Amino acid sequence: MTIAVIQFGGSNCDRDSVQALESLGFDGELVWHEDGLPEDVDGIVLPGGFSYGDYLRAGAMAAHSPIMAEVREAASDGTPVLGICNGAQIGCESSLTPGAFTTNESARFQCEHVHLRVENAETPWTSQYEQGEVVELPIAHGEGRYEISDDRLDELEAEDRILFKYCDENGEVTPEANPNGSKHSVAGVTGEDDHIAVMMPHPERATLSDLGRTDGQGVLKGFAE
Amino acid sequence: MTAFTATVTIRLKRGVLDPEAETTQRSLERLGFDLNDLRSADVFELDLDADSAEDAAERAEEMAERLLANPTIHDYDIEVAQAE
Repeated sequence: MTIAVIQFGGSNCDRDSVQALESLGFDGELVWHEDGLPEDVDGIVLPGGFSYGDYLRAGAMAAHSPIMAEVREAASDGTPVLGICNGAQIGCESSLTPGAFTTNESARFQCEHVHLRVENAETPWTSQYEQGEVVELPIAHGEGRYEISDDRLDELEAEDRILFKYCDENGEVTPEANPNGSKHSVAGVTGEDDHIAVMMPHPERATLSDLGRTDGQGVLKGFAE
Repeated sequence: MTAFTATVTIRLKRGVLDPEAETTQRSLERLGFDLNDLRSADVFELDLDADSAEDAAERAEEMAERLLANPTIHDYDIEVAQAE
């Protein structure tokens, strides 16, 4: 299976994503955004980084680059799409997924490990986990606070579109365990269909066993679902 | 065609947390200034040629909707003036 990892100017988790995907048996293909989406890709990763220097808003410029029209078209035809960190910001800015990721409550860049509770284990991205399971993944972002209207968030909760919530090591969702002030502690959501998803934590940085924990493997294995 | 300047001001919706504004307010207070609240906004000035002020405003609005603002978290207003 070939998974395209889209490189924008300022992406910096693109090669990590390819390496993580290849360790799981996928063919990871770096795709420069100006080259357009290759035909016959089986999945798409929007990787982390600082596309276009985060000018205007994180992800805003990349969301309007021509390749994103191709990504949206592929997504609507059923191709799985996963946005990670800056890729999550791009996903929301391009309306692949609802809401917005904006400045952390701390107003600081935060780079740390967090615990996440699996909110819906029936999506391709979470089916490797148990419902309510606690996983540990790294975050590295300055604009990861999930914002959306209260009504819309209630709808997303009712539709089981929340993938993960920030929690403590026991799986309790508390304000103290919420690293960035995200509404309802949301760390990742799905699009209209659950083959489209975005998340701020980095599964690709917790996939290679040489680097420690491998809790992120389950997310990337979603491309094979 | 007439030359206009459309000024687009983009603010976070009321109720959306603005950590940068809060940090700025705290810094002002640390300097001894007394204030009740502080809100930040982004301002874009667009120079464009249009048939009328209404046309210019309409185009600026489309730009705000498509890129300059994120309607999920932002409100915006537009003022159009004939360019000097």
